[in-house]
Amino acid sequence: MTATLAKEAPGPVEEPVLRKPPARKRLVPYWLLLPGIVWLLVFFALPMVYQASTSVQTGSLEKGFEVTWHFQTYWNAFQEYWPQFVRSLLYAGTATLLCLLLGYPLAYLIAFKAGRWRNLLLVLVIAPFFTSFLIRTLAWKTILADDSVVVDVLNALHFLDVTDWLGWTEGDRVLATPMAVVTGLTYNFLPFMILPLYTSLERIDGRLHEAAQDLYASPATTFRKVTFPLSMPGVVSGTLLTFIPASGDYVNAELLGSTDTKMVGNVIQSQFLRVLDYPTAAALSFILMAIVLGMVTVYIRRAGTEDLV
Amino acid sequence: MRWLRKNLVVIAGLLTLAYMILPNLVVMAFSFNRPKGRFNYSWQEFSLDAWKDPCGVADMCESLSLSLQLAAWATLGAVLLGTMIAFALVRYRFRARGAINSLIFLPMAMPEVVMAASLLTLFLNMGIELGFWTVLIAHIMFCLSFVVTAVKARVMSMDPRLEEAARDLYAGPAQTFLRVTLPIAAPGIAAGALLAFALSFDDFIITNFNAGSTVTFPMFVWGSAQRGTPVQINVIGTAMFVLAVLMVAAGQFITNRRKKTATA
Amino acid sequence: MTDKNTGGDVRLTGISKSYGSFTAVHPLDLTVPQGSFFALLGASGCGKTTTLRMIAGLEDPTTGTVFLGDQDVTDLPPYKRPVNTVFQSYALFPHMDISENIAFGLRRRGIKSVKKQVDEMIDLVQLGEHAHKKPHQLSGGQQQRVAVARALINHPQVLLLDEPLGALDLKLRRQMQLELKRIQTEVGITFVHVTHDQEEAMTMADQVAVMNGGRVEQLGAPADLYENPRTTFVANFLGTSNLIEAEVLETGSDVLVTAGGGKLRLPGDRCTSAVRRGGKVLVGVRPEKISLAHADDAGEIADGRNRVTGRIVDSSFIGVSTQYVVNSPAGAELQVYEQNIERDARLVPGAQVVLHWNPAHTFGLDAAQDIDAGVETVEDAA
Repeated sequence: MTATLAKEAPGPVEEPVLRKPPARKRLVPYWLLLPGIVWLLVFFALPMVYQASTSVQTGSLEKGFEVTWHFQTYWNAFQEYWPQFVRSLLYAGTATLLCLLLGYPLAYLIAFKAGRWRNLLLVLVIAPFFTSFLIRTLAWKTILADDSVVVDVLNALHFLDVTDWLGWTEGDRVLATPMAVVTGLTYNFLPFMILPLYTSLERIDGRLHEAAQDLYASPATTFRKVTFPLSMPGVVSGTLLTFIPASGDYVNAELLGSTDTKMVGNVIQSQFLRVLDYPTAAALSFILMAIVLGMVTVYIRRAGTEDLV
Repeated sequence: MRWLRKNLVVIAGLLTLAYMILPNLVVMAFSFNRPKGRFNYSWQEFSLDAWKDPCGVADMCESLSLSLQLAAWATLGAVLLGTMIAFALVRYRFRARGAINSLIFLPMAMPEVVMAASLLTLFLNMGIELGFWTVLIAHIMFCLSFVVTAVKARVMSMDPRLEEAARDLYAGPAQTFLRVTLPIAAPGIAAGALLAFALSFDDFIITNFNAGSTVTFPMFVWGSAQRGTPVQINVIGTAMFVLAVLMVAAGQFITNRRKKTATA
Repeated sequence: MTDKNTGGDVRLTGISKSYGSFTAVHPLDLTVPQGSFFALLGASGCGKTTTLRMIAGLEDPTTGTVFLGDQDVTDLPPYKRPVNTVFQSYALFPHMDISENIAFGLRRRGIKSVKKQVDEMIDLVQLGEHAHKKPHQLSGGQQQRVAVARALINHPQVLLLDEPLGALDLKLRRQMQLELKRIQTEVGITFVHVTHDQEEAMTMADQVAVMNGGRVEQLGAPADLYENPRTTFVANFLGTSNLIEAEVLETGSDVLVTAGGGKLRLPGDRCTSAVRRGGKVLVGVRPEKISLAHADDAGEIADGRNRVTGRIVDSSFIGVSTQYVVNSPAGAELQVYEQNIERDARLVPGAQVVLHWNPAHTFGLDAAQDIDAGVETVEDAA
């Protein structure tokens, strides 16, 4: 069998020849990257450039738009719509916090206490995804309707009196109030919180809990000093995956809210698709992007983690 | 009281789960409703009408089939491009690595409405007609990063010695890829594909901006929230939920049986 | 099985490997005779695995040439070389069962009916009832045998083994050493074995190349390396050596040196470097060559033997032998291994003793080297 592989033997090489890998081999990664990266450059990065240019244009739909470096648009847009910006950040922030508070116990339960029920619970967390989120959001219209069981119970507990006083609800109503919008946001993005939390909790060696308790830590201290710090990567990526889409969302505000709960997403959508004031819409989405990216950067620096997903 | 304290986590977790499942139960229940008027928001009486005629609403099943096709093509495109990027990132050293990593991370860190609006700006400026193709382009774009992340995680945990062993055992580059690399990376690619399919099928915001007069299933639901919600959308929602749960259960059953026969 | 007429020596000429400014392997020439069991021995990071991977074709050499017999294979990719590797982590394909793993190489070369050969090979490594299991269902030792079978079935000209026993526990490792040796004798294929375990290298190999810092320190048969180390690294890495720094008094066929006030003799032809009067030399002797006598019995020691007086600081009972640590003016912490035949009850820590040995068992090394090179430290041993 060796004979088939043997070729004519060349003489030994006298001079040490420096060998370089062939150019073909060095280009492989670039060929692999090319199609996907071009796609992202053309359909993600380039649109940003167009949008930047649109935001400093003036004109009208009839006469056409041209670049006039009209930065005034930014100021005008911000002045007119700052309440929506504040609302967006407030709603998204509240929803993110609620997701963390609601999601952590469930993720913890699945990771450490579920035993043989673990897979079933995981399926139940993911399964709602398979029904379109719009249909599920519409279901909240039924759940939070004025005469529904949930609202009656909240009313009987005088919970709504408190939220009314805080300005979250109005009288006996939940639907078309800030609370309805935040409930919808929290609901929609909860799985994005739970899954990263679960992934990082599941990686924690159960023996660490035993070691901590062996070293005189109470269950509460064990959680504070061992479990929670180790789940930080999950907390960081979970909060980002919740906050970022929530801040730009307009579906929940549209379906569950009223004209007083409009978020910045609603404004961008209507400026772009109904009013057709492209410069204002472009300026608004740039301001939103700047705010979100700024907050994300500061947050990541603070949390001190680079690997997000 | 002690019992309550001991099981606090379990109770809190199960309450969260109830919160997550509740809307699905409502959707399911209301698929058997016979509403008065155009909206299906309050319970009237039990009926199987919608289940007997799921496509009885004009344009709904067309939008559903369009969404399924879109999701299939978007998944294919994103998986192809994303897998190539993931392999390049894990297996090779090259210039501009940081820039490429940021370019892949940014779409995931961008509010959807911003991407939707800027992509529409591009299409309007280029004079491209909105429709199936513009939506497909957009879907591949935002699914790509998620596929890269999923496949990258799997490829990173792969032992590079396995491919060396294949090359050592007379498998050329193509054979090595087909017989060793691909089968081992398959779970990561499958996870990426599943994620891409779900994201594309359920996307509303980016689609709404860039679809023109094309109507996908989420857009149909959105429209019906304004005009009147037919019971049939609950039927579709419920059917897909049940189908998905059954598929997961079947998958679990098969792997369990395989494990048993393997150890027997 | 293998064709003995092809002149299947592995010949490396001027081969080296650099990664940027770091040189993993300095240009080296090495010939592995056909049919031999050859070991590359060294601590981790010494370049032994890189050398192996260059023979396999998994690493492109920066300079130099690899010959298999008369054929220059330097530019051949691994899948075109008649060479197979047993990887350290075994690298069994997790998605294939055992027989598919073993058949992999044959199938890739387009051989259709592989069943008979695969069955024979599975029998050779005694894994008959496991043929249809997946790798993760086997124990470490069984996985190791699959890795060997998967490589051997291709009848390679050379089989490369990259620390194949590193992951096994001690007892299993001893057993597999013998088994690999048996297989090698049976099939007559050239084995190149990379290891950091000096005992493993000495028990299995016909020829051992000791590597350090990307260079071959010394090459030879195990016994020759052990008895005649040419560097302090080899003296310390292969077993244990007592090295004493001494000054040369007389040269000739016998060299006379002085250390710590005493005089020692060693054969002139066992000095690796030229010695001159007044110069320094490192005098070495293996611990098992030394006899131990209590200071009271010093008079009974025969004339002509090298003597060093000292005090026992530690002793440990090993079973077949007792190991003593002795401090003396000539050197601190000298090691002595005494067979447990007639134990002298006076030889306990604190006792004054005389170490004595036959001068012929003494060797001399160049004193310009680091006296502790190759001494196993705690981290290395872990």
